[in-house]
Amino acid sequence: MTNGWVDIKNTDMMLIMGGNPAENHPCGFKWVVEAKRNRNAKVIVVDPRFTRTASQADQFLQIRAGSDIAFLGGLINFAIQNKRYNEEYLVNYTNAAFVVKDGFKLPDDGLYSGFDANAKTYDKSTWNYEEVGGGAAPKPAPGSPAPPPMLPPNVAYDLSLQNPHCVFQLLKQQYSRYTPEMVERITGIPKDQAIKAWDTFTSIRQNGDIKKAGTIIYAVGWTQHSSGTQTIRTAAMIQLLLGNIGRAGGGVNALRGHSNIQGATDMAGIFDILPGYLKMPMPADTDLKAYLTRTTPKSSKPKEWDSFNYWSNTPAFTVSFLKAFYGDAATKENDFAFHWLPKIDRKYSWAEIWDDMYAGKVKAMMAFGMNGVMIGPNAKKNIDALKKADFLVVCEIYPDETSEFWRAPGITADEMKKINTTVYRLPGAGFAEKDGTFVNSARWLQWKWAAVPPPAQCKLDQEILARIFLKVREKYQKQGGKLPDPILKVSWNYTNPNNPSLAEVAKEINGKALADVTDQKTNTTIKADQQLPGFAFLRDDGSTTSGNWIYCGSWTEAGALTQRRDPLDPSGLGIHPNWAWSWPANRRVLYNRASCDVNGKPWDPDRKQVWWSEAKQKWVGNDIPDFKADADPKIHMGPFIMNPEGVGRLFVPIGAVADGPFPEHYEPTESPIANPLHPNQSNNPIAKRFKSDVDKYGTVDQGYNIICTTYRLTEHYHYWTKNNPMNVQLVPEPFVEIPAELADQMGLRGGEKVKVTSARAEYIAKAMVTKRIKGMMIDGKKTYQIGIPIHWGYRGIAEDEGKTARIPANFLSPAVIDPNAYTPEFKGFLVKLEKA
Amino acid sequence: MSDRKTLQVQRISGHPGPVAGAGTQRQEKLCKLIDTTTCIGCKACEVACVEWNDMPFQPTLFDNTYQTMPDTNWNYWNLIKFNEVSNDDGSFQWLMRKHQCMHCADPGCLAACPADGAIVQYSNGIVDFEEANCIGCQFCVSGCPFNVPKFNPSTKKVYKCTLCSDRVGQGLEPACIKSCPTGCLHFGTKEDMLQLASTRVTQLQQHSGMKEAGIYDPETIGGTSVVYILHDASNPEKYGGLPKNPRIPIAFTLWKNWFKPIGLIASVMAFAGVILHYVTEGPRRVQPQPPVREIDGGEARKEN
Repeated sequence: MTNGWVDIKNTDMMLIMGGNPAENHPCGFKWVVEAKRNRNAKVIVVDPRFTRTASQADQFLQIRAGSDIAFLGGLINFAIQNKRYNEEYLVNYTNAAFVVKDGFKLPDDGLYSGFDANAKTYDKSTWNYEEVGGGAAPKPAPGSPAPPPMLPPNVAYDLSLQNPHCVFQLLKQQYSRYTPEMVERITGIPKDQAIKAWDTFTSIRQNGDIKKAGTIIYAVGWTQHSSGTQTIRTAAMIQLLLGNIGRAGGGVNALRGHSNIQGATDMAGIFDILPGYLKMPMPADTDLKAYLTRTTPKSSKPKEWDSFNYWSNTPAFTVSFLKAFYGDAATKENDFAFHWLPKIDRKYSWAEIWDDMYAGKVKAMMAFGMNGVMIGPNAKKNIDALKKADFLVVCEIYPDETSEFWRAPGITADEMKKINTTVYRLPGAGFAEKDGTFVNSARWLQWKWAAVPPPAQCKLDQEILARIFLKVREKYQKQGGKLPDPILKVSWNYTNPNNPSLAEVAKEINGKALADVTDQKTNTTIKADQQLPGFAFLRDDGSTTSGNWIYCGSWTEAGALTQRRDPLDPSGLGIHPNWAWSWPANRRVLYNRASCDVNGKPWDPDRKQVWWSEAKQKWVGNDIPDFKADADPKIHMGPFIMNPEGVGRLFVPIGAVADGPFPEHYEPTESPIANPLHPNQSNNPIAKRFKSDVDKYGTVDQGYNIICTTYRLTEHYHYWTKNNPMNVQLVPEPFVEIPAELADQMGLRGGEKVKVTSARAEYIAKAMVTKRIKGMMIDGKKTYQIGIPIHWGYRGIAEDEGKTARIPANFLSPAVIDPNAYTPEFKGFLVKLEKA
Repeated sequence: MSDRKTLQVQRISGHPGPVAGAGTQRQEKLCKLIDTTTCIGCKACEVACVEWNDMPFQPTLFDNTYQTMPDTNWNYWNLIKFNEVSNDDGSFQWLMRKHQCMHCADPGCLAACPADGAIVQYSNGIVDFEEANCIGCQFCVSGCPFNVPKFNPSTKKVYKCTLCSDRVGQGLEPACIKSCPTGCLHFGTKEDMLQLASTRVTQLQQHSGMKEAGIYDPETIGGTSVVYILHDASNPEKYGGLPKNPRIPIAFTLWKNWFKPIGLIASVMAFAGVILHYVTEGPRRVQPQPPVREIDGGEARKEN
């Protein structure tokens, strides 16, 4: 979230799309209700089904799964056509005025400039800004590879936004194709309904109103598509156009589905980042300098403007991270142990790991805190992959489908005997048995205390991991090995090395000074061995440590700020500055400089977050200013300090997003129609499909004519609660939600069994016949959508008693991944539907 | 703790004569307000009810709905009713209504109950079952216009929501109220809740286009201690069988309002007659023994 849960209460307008917060985030949904009750805020819900959230909506629109960009592109078109944007914000806080290179081409035919049809990649050199007085780039020496494109330091711009090649004009041109008629053809939303929703959402900028704020709330209904990242980009662009980012009641707000998924992401639970969103080293990074040169951006802006370019501190963050990781072994002389970090030569995302195991390349897996054969797409392939593995380690609190993968439906007793994989089950501890922090969607680090000790021989995660690590290290000590240093030299200074306390780990993540460090501006000194109060103190000379720079400030000399529980909220804006701690720097709304006009005055005097104080010559406020504290508005420093431009990106240059500078609607990999915008380039050209013999993709011609989407229920938590009698009582067994109209045609009644077949597998469960999903006209064709909640498998109370279907829903979904976030397309694939 | 009030009985089922201590302590009428327009059907209240009352789990069956079970049960007192409603104007609603005992001002269950002390109404409005006194006749089941009390065949007693009288008696809110994440449930004095409800209804009418929004607090049973805000108060039936004009079945009103008083009067009259008879006729005097009628002769009599 750019903002936070509580902040939703400040909004005037909500677009809830790609998420079902009333279902999946019922506690957070209270703030939606507050905004409705206290501010008469309006709620627009767009979803393939009439959901629990939809029941609370002022307007509900049923959309075809996987067509979100078309609807949002139509919204951009509507906002521009009707001048429903904040012009001052647009000109000064976004790159609307920046001029784009001449060779850049919009995807009228479905492809941006620079597409290489063979490699299925883009040459992104034209996806860039025009440089002021910029001549041709220096030619590389013959024989050497072309240097990666760089942003120009001085960007050409036109504040009148009239230059035909400025970002705003290109944006206008790009989305002028997303007419209400086109949107209706693609999404199935009747155009009068779409126009009404666009009109309602953009009404906050009606007649030049700049006071109101609107928020966009989404979850994995947007991410789990082959163009997922671009969908979220479209939302960000809408919010930049309307001037809603950085403002109380505004923002682009991702709702996280687990209590600590935000923390997992921050701490690099993804293959291509290090903690704090530092980039993962690559083989080309021959030394620390090369790595830092590649990963530290240089500011790129109009000459007359300023840019803070906060990522210019990447060297300080990186070196402090390495010092936390390797301690004394990381020295200036050995490049702070940079060479001991792994370098990634290619993608190692979820679907790719399983594909490698299926191909026999990955021989073992350690599954902690996840149910590997349930959560991925084309899950039967994962089970087949595990059959080929040497060993599998599962740490869980219940016997789950992964640790008993050989029991999957369809595996006969004879086949079971042939599986040679050794499975080790480790007794983990449940959430209430552990202390530590949860990081919520609002980026709050909230410390929690263990309620009960782990039962019997169950162990805390950190003890299990520490014991494994120490054993591995012992082996390296005894046997050497090819590259022992990355293991042997890891800093492991815990009071109890076999079971490090999470308080010690949290302090280590925050970081401390190794020598006296002085902040020149505030003239404060942190003495050696003291906890650091914030990332401003981090240094690139090895005098500081921090396991994750964005968490620096969470456990200071004042103690664990994550344990604070002061509910006071002096501003009334839901900031609660002394409740827990939010990254970065206890700031509750990101980019909050943008809540003020160019002169530093709040757009809405009733919702004052931060402002420029002439008297103090600095930024002050109710929230922590997300800005250079002493940057006088006169120097025109951009509020989006994490971008080298200092402004928000309507146009994303040089391939920060792999599939195009502007989002374009592409059909889901399995789609009932050819893309009405460009039938010859129907799908995302660079979304990855897999090529194994079990990775199959269905088409309408093969009879797969129904759109299927998957989701979760309030009553269940993933694959756990089927082990809990209370949850089983609430919803006892799996089902398939089927439109009443379709059921009538099939002669199907609620409670009867249906068989859902995709190109990959069959799924059988009872039908829930409902009026909440209606048939749609998609590009002139009558089309139906069905839905399957994902919670059930072959282990659980009802499953073990043989009372219910046992097939995991993800046997059906296709392995195709978004090119930016590598998220699989769980939502919007094709199936057949029959009575079983 | 001194400000915490203990529960004060106001009415007792099947009880002749006055209620001991009634009216000796002033207590506000309590009220649970359910704003169906902000209910998201999350079932937190269902779980809280089961857990607080320590109810045993029961297997449920898939029934083509998100609703946990078709109706409340002796061990499931709080149920959200899910209703898919296609309105005449083409609009569609998915209505969710928390269903439980309404704690009527004029409780049909209490009127119907013949067992002394099996059902009590406290002066704060809570209608509570005292299972120890329940005789399992199930008259309360027929007496309730909301189909709330449920019979447990194994204990042969009837159970229902107590409005958490055990919690309320200790100054706590009912468990369902505590668990509600959206603030759809409110708890307070009836006066305050009606005030809150009326403000909300005005807001719904003026800002959410719900012209028919209204409060459900049916007068036909003297009002209830559980009050709903409905999107469409003109048609409460569409919320899963909420009766528009709930009434206590005539048999029980006859029983309570006519037969019982008449019976009482009759018994008083009979007693008065006895007294009168005593006064006028005096105590019964020993009558001379009538001579024993000999049927079978002296032999037979002796054997007796």
